[in-house]
Amino acid sequence: MTDGIAVELRDVVKRFGDVTAVDHVSMPIRDGEFFSMLGPSGCGKTTSLRMIAGFERPTHGEIYLHNKPISNTPPFQRNVNTVFQSYALFPHMTVAQNVGFGLEMKKVARDEIRRRVGEALDMVQLSGYDDRRPRQLSGGQQQRVALARALINRPDVLLLDEPLGALDQKLRKEMQLELKRLQEQVGITFIFVTHDQEEALTMSDRIAVMNAGKVLQVGTPTEIYERPNNRFCADFIGETNFISGKVVEADATGAAVKTADGLVVRGQHVRPIQLGEHVVVSIRPEKARLLPADDANTLPVNARPFPVTVERVAYIGSDTRIEVRLGAQQAFHVWEQNARSTLDRSEYWQQGEQGLLWWPTENALVLTE
Amino acid sequence: MAVDTVSSSEQRGTGLMGMLRRSARLRLGLLIFPGLLWLVLFFALPLLVIVLYSVLTPGPRGGVLFTFTLNNYVELFTQDLYVNAYVRSVWIGVVTTLLCLLISYPLALYIVQQSPRWRSVLLFLILIPFWTNFLVRTYAWMLILSNNGILNSLIQAVGLPRQTLLNTTGAVVVGLIYGELPFMVLPIYASLDRFDFTLMEAAADLGANRTRAFLRVMLPLTMPGVAAGSVLVFVPTVGQFVVSDLLGGAKVDMLGNLLQRLFTRSNPPNWPLGSAMALVFMAVLTIGVVLYFRKTAEAEA
Repeated sequence: MTDGIAVELRDVVKRFGDVTAVDHVSMPIRDGEFFSMLGPSGCGKTTSLRMIAGFERPTHGEIYLHNKPISNTPPFQRNVNTVFQSYALFPHMTVAQNVGFGLEMKKVARDEIRRRVGEALDMVQLSGYDDRRPRQLSGGQQQRVALARALINRPDVLLLDEPLGALDQKLRKEMQLELKRLQEQVGITFIFVTHDQEEALTMSDRIAVMNAGKVLQVGTPTEIYERPNNRFCADFIGETNFISGKVVEADATGAAVKTADGLVVRGQHVRPIQLGEHVVVSIRPEKARLLPADDANTLPVNARPFPVTVERVAYIGSDTRIEVRLGAQQAFHVWEQNARSTLDRSEYWQQGEQGLLWWPTENALVLTE
Repeated sequence: MAVDTVSSSEQRGTGLMGMLRRSARLRLGLLIFPGLLWLVLFFALPLLVIVLYSVLTPGPRGGVLFTFTLNNYVELFTQDLYVNAYVRSVWIGVVTTLLCLLISYPLALYIVQQSPRWRSVLLFLILIPFWTNFLVRTYAWMLILSNNGILNSLIQAVGLPRQTLLNTTGAVVVGLIYGELPFMVLPIYASLDRFDFTLMEAAADLGANRTRAFLRVMLPLTMPGVAAGSVLVFVPTVGQFVVSDLLGGAKVDMLGNLLQRLFTRSNPPNWPLGSAMALVFMAVLTIGVVLYFRKTAEAEA
């Protein structure tokens, strides 16, 4: 508790046979934060969570809970609770028995259990559901019972394994906000595993992006989205355009990259790069602008826009997504917000139209592969 | 074609097909009839005969005399021979069922945790003994347990004195467990197969050690399998006469042995007493099983 670190993984490796699920992962998770582990399936996020819970033992390395090593502590002795992906409610017990199970195991007095179960159900807005069975509840309600059952034990850390995966889109959004609210209310450290980047961005204080058993980047949602430090993170979180090429010019912050077509693209780099190195330039589709071919004079003086041809236009309501061809073969996506309400087709881009593509240099990130 | 025929006779509304078409009751009756006939002919009527015989007087050379009496029941409840046989049978049934349960649950749990391929192999291994005649397998146990048998040779090989194994209650119980084990393993396996093992992780997560997680979560949720297995083992065990005859000698009399004797071996055969005995036996089992199911249903609820 002293240095504000709730959980720390130090050089943790987990192998199943000859498959390495978690590969030398180190990360400190702070007290009271909403921490997400984000990555595609098989990236090691769930295995990491299961090691913190105690269902798996690290092959190598150590996990610390408030600075105490816990790798040899069985799950039932760790002050950590889990909300399972499938909720794992006990079907033969009532809601109240489910929620009170942890306290019953700790041999808390009956009156006390009854009182705290009431409070916990109150907290997740399920008062009066005490005597229902899990199968009589909707998915969202089961989810709340699972939350109450975990939180009632006042754990040091709450682990959530894709808890919103089974809910429909609308309920999911509601639960995201609800989870965040709960976390702020109880002040417990939440470690949240998800493959849904939007979910991670919405709720987290910090996110660890994982792939192939490794942690690629840890940062706030803004850092992760605006300053991804490698190609995978830029690709996995949000959408982006990649232009690959070789570094032909570089200074402390900026670089110029030349593509195979001979296009020269400028951007800023977040990690040191070398001349001649193979890199990609990442430009998010909402951070580039598409202008009519004769509008170059509205750009800054030293701007060098690229002439492009519109290939496809998709109207999706809040914005219009335009795919253009840049140079000989480079496809590039630009999103334009539909800020004006109009039915006039001529206001939108047409297939085959010529245009100019431009972005401020600071919107382009030079990333290593 | 068939559809055409039915619909045209329906339109005309005549003939058996037309009547069947219109009356759901009739259709149902026709479907139930064969099964019903079977039950009446081969279950209800014989049972009635037994009920009737149980209150008649034994004939001088088997058969019955139509003199009504309750003596048969009085005899059953007063003579030590019969009372003891009931108690012994139920006792052996309970012990066999419990031991089967103790062996089968861990076995089923082990099997269910193997890879799907191994599971089929292991289940197959459990069923293999059934391919040999039950009597032959029981004789094999005689060879193992007899005074000069395989087990005694082993016992003597390590320098211990020879043991009397055959013709004991223990031998009977061993033989019964051997024969009934699959009937316990399979239902438990089936309910463990449906059991969501994440629930055990959830229990551990909430502070339950293995024992408590087992008692509070796994056992209650697999109780239907345990209940079914117990009944499947208990009922045939109590009525056994082959195993107790072969492995118990004449020393371990179970109900089945007495029944067999009353009907076939005693001179003269006593059918009324045998009938009364069978009825009481049936009543005891039915009541026992119903109570047991009630109890386990409660545990589940």
